[in-house]
Amino acid sequence: MSASHPYLPAPPRRSAGTWLLMLGIVALVVASFATLPLQWSAFFTTEALASAREFLEGFAPPETSPAFLQKTLGALGETLAMSALGTLLAALLALPLALAGAGRMGRVARAAVRLLLNVLRSIPELVWAAVLLVLAGLGPMAGTLALAAHTAGVLGRLFADALENVEPLAEQSLRTNGARPLAAFLYATLPQALPQMLSYTLYRWENNIRAAAVLGVVGAGGLGQMLKYHLSLFQMPSAATVVIAMLVLVALVDAASYALRRALMR
Amino acid sequence: MTKVAHPDPAWRARITAALVFIVLLYPLLVAGEFKPWLLFDAQSLRAAGMFLRDFLTPSIEPEFLAMVLRETWQTVAIASAGLTLALLGAIPATFVISERLSISRLGTGRMRPMAALVRQLLRWVLVLLRSVPELVWALLFVRIVGLGPTAGVLAIALSYTGMLAKVYAEILESGDAHATDVLLANGAGRLPALLYGALPESSAELVSYTVYRWECAIRGSAVMGFVGAGGLGQRLDESTKMMAGGEVATMLLVFVLLVAAADLVSKFLRRRLG
Repeated sequence: MSASHPYLPAPPRRSAGTWLLMLGIVALVVASFATLPLQWSAFFTTEALASAREFLEGFAPPETSPAFLQKTLGALGETLAMSALGTLLAALLALPLALAGAGRMGRVARAAVRLLLNVLRSIPELVWAAVLLVLAGLGPMAGTLALAAHTAGVLGRLFADALENVEPLAEQSLRTNGARPLAAFLYATLPQALPQMLSYTLYRWENNIRAAAVLGVVGAGGLGQMLKYHLSLFQMPSAATVVIAMLVLVALVDAASYALRRALMR
Repeated sequence: MTKVAHPDPAWRARITAALVFIVLLYPLLVAGEFKPWLLFDAQSLRAAGMFLRDFLTPSIEPEFLAMVLRETWQTVAIASAGLTLALLGAIPATFVISERLSISRLGTGRMRPMAALVRQLLRWVLVLLRSVPELVWALLFVRIVGLGPTAGVLAIALSYTGMLAKVYAEILESGDAHATDVLLANGAGRLPALLYGALPESSAELVSYTVYRWECAIRGSAVMGFVGAGGLGQRLDESTKMMAGGEVATMLLVFVLLVAAADLVSKFLRRRLG
């Protein structure tokens, strides 16, 4: 409408590709709603709202008997232990993988290990837990191993990149002066990459605490398993306590990580 | 090489650190019920062996593959529908909580107490929505609306409303305030001030964050199936419980491909739209 706005420049032309893309996105959304067997009545009818409210009212007040709180605290400790052990195992596993992934054992090994790390990483912790339950049985060990498997993929990749980015000169000069390969690596390359690797590991630990809290819903121990248990028995007050414990745990981890980061940055 | 008494000058510190580490580790091993030898007793080895043997021959029957494809689409559809609903909640919420759009703040620098209160309350609601993990939302909704994709869509919608609104508001507030302030000071309404003042500058970032979240939602909806919220995860859970290694292998493969494809599409979209 250039006639009504004589002083305004014409709007920029949009390419046909952009319109096609927009159309594609709209089509995706429409197709999603059309093909899903959604119970719309569950969203908007008054009965659904009433039953949801009844359900939610069942949560208040949360269960606060000392015995139950003790049990929740135990599950909280289990969650923390799972996350710490899982991260530790992952770091121990990631180090040798990272050595190969950084190209220290040839190009073929590098490509193969990077592929393995990609696969480990792209399967989420929860899926690992479900599969590992078959091997390790119900309980926190499956959760620990699941965290370790996924985190080994993440840390292996990060460690390998850290090792590749280290200046090679120090190690080379040790090697030319007759040090054995392992000694040269341990005293020249590793100390340079170690601070970064440690900070990656701490960061993943933080993520793993959050993941471990919910991992149990497939039966892999910790707070999640407790939540699943009490929800399936329709013991809502107990479930509410567990959810609150999860929220507190996550909030504490966030606060601790924020404080630590600020302290280290200063 | 000449022999010295202690080749490693830091040996004392290293040994002390290792001992402290072991002492700290022990309670963790107990609390985590970490008994790796259980993996190697005869019974679990037999079960694991059978599962793994099955696992090496992925199931490729046409019917099964068709079912997996259907469930994969359902996973994508749950993510897309959930994200759309989340946008319906997050955009109005952003509009309310964004401090840039406060008119009482103009000139005085202070918001009316009522307005500040409403913003803070809504922010707390959003904090609650995103602090409860999406998996826990899914678990709760499965109890309310029963097994199936509805629970997954609602879970994604709620937790992503909290996340998107917070980040949208932050993105809008990180931009230059000048245009919005001038518009508001000259009597423009809040909506035009948002659309013409803040949005043009931040739209690319907003779009790219939304696409990134869509990618996360696909991963999330696959995982939520494990608590019964439909899609690939639910089938994967069933096959694992039946110890059908071949089916699990196929579905894991499809899952990895799905995540990789979502990653590619999201990269392409962000480059194209961002």
